[in-house]
Amino acid sequence: MSEFFAVYGSLINFAGLNALLALSLYVPLSAGQLSLGNAAFAGIGAYVSAILTMRLNAPFPLAIAAGAFTAACVAVVIGAPVLRIRGIFLAMATLAFGEVVRIAAVNLAITGGAEGLIGIPSKTTMLIIYGTLGVAAYFLTILRGSRIGWSFASIREDETAAMVMGINTTLYKNSAFILGAFIAGIAGGLYAHLNFIITPGEFGFAAEVQLLIYNIVGGARSVWGPILGAFILTAIPEVLRGVDITAGPPRLFVNGLILLLVILYLPNGLSSFFKRAKGSSE
Amino acid sequence: MLLEFEQISRSFGGVKALSGVTFGVGEGTIHGLIGPNGSGKTTLMNVVSGLCPPDGGRLLLGGRPIHRLGPHRIAGLGVARTFQNIRLFAGMTCMENVIAAQHLRGGRALLPRLLRLRGAKISETRSVAEALTCLTKAGIAARKSAIAGALSYGERRRLEIARAMALEPRLLLLDEPIAGMRLREIEEMEGLFRSLARSGITILLIEHNMPFVMRLCHRITVLHFGQTVITGAPEEVAEHQGVIDAYLGPKRTEG
Repeated sequence: MSEFFAVYGSLINFAGLNALLALSLYVPLSAGQLSLGNAAFAGIGAYVSAILTMRLNAPFPLAIAAGAFTAACVAVVIGAPVLRIRGIFLAMATLAFGEVVRIAAVNLAITGGAEGLIGIPSKTTMLIIYGTLGVAAYFLTILRGSRIGWSFASIREDETAAMVMGINTTLYKNSAFILGAFIAGIAGGLYAHLNFIITPGEFGFAAEVQLLIYNIVGGARSVWGPILGAFILTAIPEVLRGVDITAGPPRLFVNGLILLLVILYLPNGLSSFFKRAKGSSE
Repeated sequence: MLLEFEQISRSFGGVKALSGVTFGVGEGTIHGLIGPNGSGKTTLMNVVSGLCPPDGGRLLLGGRPIHRLGPHRIAGLGVARTFQNIRLFAGMTCMENVIAAQHLRGGRALLPRLLRLRGAKISETRSVAEALTCLTKAGIAARKSAIAGALSYGERRRLEIARAMALEPRLLLLDEPIAGMRLREIEEMEGLFRSLARSGITILLIEHNMPFVMRLCHRITVLHFGQTVITGAPEEVAEHQGVIDAYLGPKRTEG
């Protein structure tokens, strides 16, 4: 058993963090908001927490919390103008925001420029990652059946109808965006303290799209979908290595193939494959 | 008067969709809104529900001005509506549609659910029971587990009414509620609207089916080119020359 963890430990850790990041995007998606800024929020969480532990010797939990709150505060400022836009334009605006964050990280001295931050203390453990993931998944499951969760779902289905049902759509869209940024900030902080080194490129466009793919493959209609998607897509490179397909184009091809098959045959994601038996009155 | 329009105007670009609309809707009455296509009926309904704020004039609900409030605030004051082109939450079941519309009545709070308090369970049970009551009233309880997007046209209209009733409104706005319904369904809807009015809900409805409007409504307002032609009892309206002109065109002078 210990041998298993020695070999696959880092894979399991990254799968957990990816799942947490996937959940961070699930929140705005559940309110119908396609945000492509969550990797940037993770970057903010990562940099803020790493700078706090490295420069100020801040305690680890405090640094993570500070990173997540900073990400959430940025989301408050960004969300106010950006969430007035609908659909694909929102995706583009948040994507542009992500680029601004990346370029800022490349050019600022405190973030270590393009080389990033090196020598971040290793504090994140598997227990912390999966504990956080468990808490987040439980919280979001409960949220789903609450008045807030129903408001998110109503806005996703029809924003105009949601308004005349008495739902303050601006408030709830912003809440979803900010909560997503907060979770992304936590995941980013944990990632920084797992990885020893962070660079601006890790939180760029490729990462944004990866989060979206987790949600599409796993299915963003349930809390378990994004987690499932993140686990499967994180594990696939290892599985492929076992059958002698290593990095490079063949691996991307397999990822693309999975995405395509899911979109064509399971539009609600892999999680819809496992259940549709739940009662209608959740 | 529960609802009073005072000189309500609204333009889109250079087109005056509404100009100087003035009439009142009495509490507990069924008030019909008729007029030819493009006469501004739906725009007027959008003004009341806050989706389309007026450029000028005042709108009073129970004496309180509401023309500057957003849609969710107006809904909070007890105004519910349905849409001409039906806007359901298509991916949800019928039951879920109605539960989603219970937003204003409170309940299903997050914290008791997180802490697994007993109140959370009670609140949830009550919410489901109330949703079922709305579905039953609108005559669609049998389809409660069906996905809204898969319903027939008439069923979708019923579900939209059930969802509006979940708001427990004082004022219900119905935009062509019986369009596309069969005769038997129309009779059922008529009974439903009468019983809602008896229970104290004021109804403002747009409808093109004249026999239906004449039978059901206590008062009728006729719009033509965004202006009120007349507000009166059905008999009065039917005989009014302006109404006949609006629908059939002005009478050519014999000669």
